[in-house]
Parts: sequence; C-alpha cells; structure tokens
Amino acid sequence: MASQNLQSVPAELSPEEQEREAAGEAYFDRIISEDSRIEPRDWMPAAYRKTLLRQISQHAHSEIIGMQPEANWITRAPSLKRKSILMAKVQDEAGHGLYLYSAAETLGQSRDQMMEDLIAGKARYSSIFNYPTISWADMGAIGWLVDGAAICNQVPLCRASYGPYGRAMVRICKEESFHQRQGFEILLELSNGTPAQKQMAQDAVNRWYAPSLMMFGPPDDDSPNSKQSMAWNIKRFSNDELRSRFVGMMVEQVRVLGLTLPDKDIRFNEETKKWEHGPLDWNEFKEVLAGRGPCNSQRVERRREAHENGAWVREAAVAYARKQAQKENAA
Amino acid sequence: MAPHGNPEAPASAASEINREAPKVAATTNVDSTTAGSVSAPDVTSGGAKEESPWSLWEVFVRSSRGLSHVHAGSLHAPDAAMALRNARDLYTRRNEGVSIWVVPAEAISSSDPDSKGSFFESPQGKDYRHATYYTKSEGVKHL
Repeated sequence: MASQNLQSVPAELSPEEQEREAAGEAYFDRIISEDSRIEPRDWMPAAYRKTLLRQISQHAHSEIIGMQPEANWITRAPSLKRKSILMAKVQDEAGHGLYLYSAAETLGQSRDQMMEDLIAGKARYSSIFNYPTISWADMGAIGWLVDGAAICNQVPLCRASYGPYGRAMVRICKEESFHQRQGFEILLELSNGTPAQKQMAQDAVNRWYAPSLMMFGPPDDDSPNSKQSMAWNIKRFSNDELRSRFVGMMVEQVRVLGLTLPDKDIRFNEETKKWEHGPLDWNEFKEVLAGRGPCNSQRVERRREAHENGAWVREAAVAYARKQAQKENAA
Repeated sequence: MAPHGNPEAPASAASEINREAPKVAATTNVDSTTAGSVSAPDVTSGGAKEESPWSLWEVFVRSSRGLSHVHAGSLHAPDAAMALRNARDLYTRRNEGVSIWVVPAEAISSSDPDSKGSFFESPQGKDYRHATYYTKSEGVKHL
C-alpha cells in the first residue's frame, strides 16, 4: 500500500518471491545502466523509492510554499501589467506543485498525506522561501536569482531516471524560463531608474545572492545522499558543480543589469576551469532548514490557514458531485 | 501502491492493489479535509488514512486540430465536470490544447509490466516488417 511498507521487505520470502525480487532487481539495474527510465509499476529498490519520494515531495512543497513570498506583492505591484505577470507566475507555482505531487503519488504516497505533513510542519521545503520579501525589487531578485538557481538545478532533472519526475520537470522548466526573464526585467528597469530605485535593486540582489547559492544544497563533501542519487541517475551533477555553473552565469548577467554581486571572492579558476565563490554561511542554512529561519512558522501557518479556509469549497464540490450522481441514478 | 491508484499506470495498479481505498474514503471521510485533519493521528505505516474523496483522473490533451489526444498528466477532482475545469487550469495555461479528455484512472486497463517478455511479441527475426529490410530497390526512384 504505502511506500513505507514496501521498504520493509519481510525477512522471510517464499522462493517464488525471492526469485521475483531478484529478477526485479536485475531488470532495474539493467534499466539504470542503460540510462533508460524507470516507470511507476517497475520493480525498484526500497531506498530508490524513498529517496525519490523525499526529493519529489520536498520539491512539490517548495513550489506550494514558494507562492507566498511573491503573493505578498500581488496587491502592491507597481502596475496592472506587473500585477498580471505576478499572478500568472504564482499560478504557475501552484501548477508546478500539482505536477510534482502527481509524480510523488505514483510512488505510493497520497497527496492528502503529503499536504498534511506540510501543514503539520513535518515536511521540508527549500530553505529559500523562509526569507521575507521586503521590497518590490525582491520580486526581481527572486525571479532572476532564485528561479535562475532553480532552473540550473532542474534542467538536468528532466533526465532523471524516474519517468514521472522527469516528465514533470520538462513541463516545469518550460515555464520557469518566463519566471527568470520577468525577474531580470524588473531588476533592469529598477537599475535604470532613479538612484533610489537602483539602490533598491542592489539591496535585493545583496540579500538574495547567498541564499540562492545555498539552494543547490550543502557542499559535496557534506552531502551524504548525493553519491547514491547520482549512481541512480536521479541527480546528474553534484551540488558544487551546479553552484559553480550558476555563479558563472550570474557574473555575466549582473553586468547587463548594471549591478554587482555581493561577493568579493568570485573568480574563475583557470586550473579547474570552474567558477569559485566566497564562503557561505552553512550554519544559517541549517538553522533555516531546521525551522528557525525568519519566516518558517509564518509560511506553514499561512498554508494551514489556506487549507482550512478552503475546506468548505472541497466539501461543497463533493456534495454537489454526489447529488448529481444520485440524480442521474434516479433518472 | 498509491491509495488512489497509480496515475502513471492506473489500471490494475489502482484497482487490484487497493480497490477498497477510494470507497472507504468516499463514505467515511467526507470531512477529511477540514480543520481537524491536522490533529489527526500520525501515520507511520503509510498513507492509508485521510483519503480524499476526490478521485484520480487522467488528463489527455489534443494540442491542435488534426492531432491525437496525448496523456498530459493526472489530477484529483470530485466529478468529471470539475476534472475538466481543473485540467484546463492545470494543463492548458498557455494555449496547449484545443480539447481535453478526462478519464477516471480506475477505468483504464493497462498491460502488465511483469509480463513484458511474453505480452509483447519479440521483434527478433521479423525485420521484414520494416521497409528498411528491402535493400534491393535502393536507388530506384519513388520506391
């Protein structure tokens, strides 16, 4: 029934079951070694299922919680155009969450259960969404830096070995590029505005830079799950590799914006041919992840409110559906 | 397996393994989504409780006239009308379709992956079913 049950394979298997397990494993290994895709009804190791379920559900939660920092500015967007754009973007985030919950459901966890874990504060989501959005320029910085980092992370996930995850990511990546470009445009416009507006843009970039680099996850030597995820073709590149790539892109793009990155140590290492950045505060990362960030409790509380306030709508829809079905039966 | 069945291969996964789950949910758990749900007991053995009465639907989208409907994904909805509206909002926000089908996931039958070998006939030795098998006509025009 649920994933957890599948993970605790009973110690005593009948000979037929053992045979089936062995055949399943051989099939799984072959699919992975051919760099092909695993589909929901294929045999898969319990740990593979568990890893995916953790990653996909956390990803889904991030999209859902990620609606909040931006929704914060919908009513205060500086123009009707910006308001429409922001609404479309927040709607996309909801959609992304739903694609990902669907993918996670194929692994044996119900969406209701995941939603419940989220509002009970038991589930994790990207630490980035626990920072406050205090100025309009933050909408720009989130689009450019946060969505930029997300794209960097997600493009390789389109080739993740688990079919439903990869397919969800393809859809998501297509939509994310609009998000990043609109963020870039907000910053560019502010940067070309009054000195105060330019300062506001710079301030937002200063605040979002380090948290967005930390979105790639802990350094490789402190990322215990990475190796196995790469062996399973879920992850294609290490955290540090992706982070370095991202820094390189941002170095180029920030020039076009006429702004600077708050990092004096950025350099291109000629030997390794990789971009390097200054030290990041991983204690802060761990604190935020552990629930002690600036907005953690507010984010979860808001999600709970929204879920509870929407209960009557869900109930009404069910009651209506039932009534219609009864009418049809009677007719 | 998923309590709602498996969106990717809904047929027997949904109906064989967990045929009871949706029914139980629909009759006993109407208020599963209300405020009380948060304080419900923790589940350590999997998502067997708190079933949503919103069943699972598979969504197929025709991207433009002249093309087939193609599977786009799945969603939860209480009935077909809502499933269609949800599918429109979820899968066609950017003009991706001119027509949508929604199908209850449990109504779909699928081939069993366990019998891959036997269900799909081996193509081995059957190259003659493909045009590329016939090489003697190479260089002959319009053939």
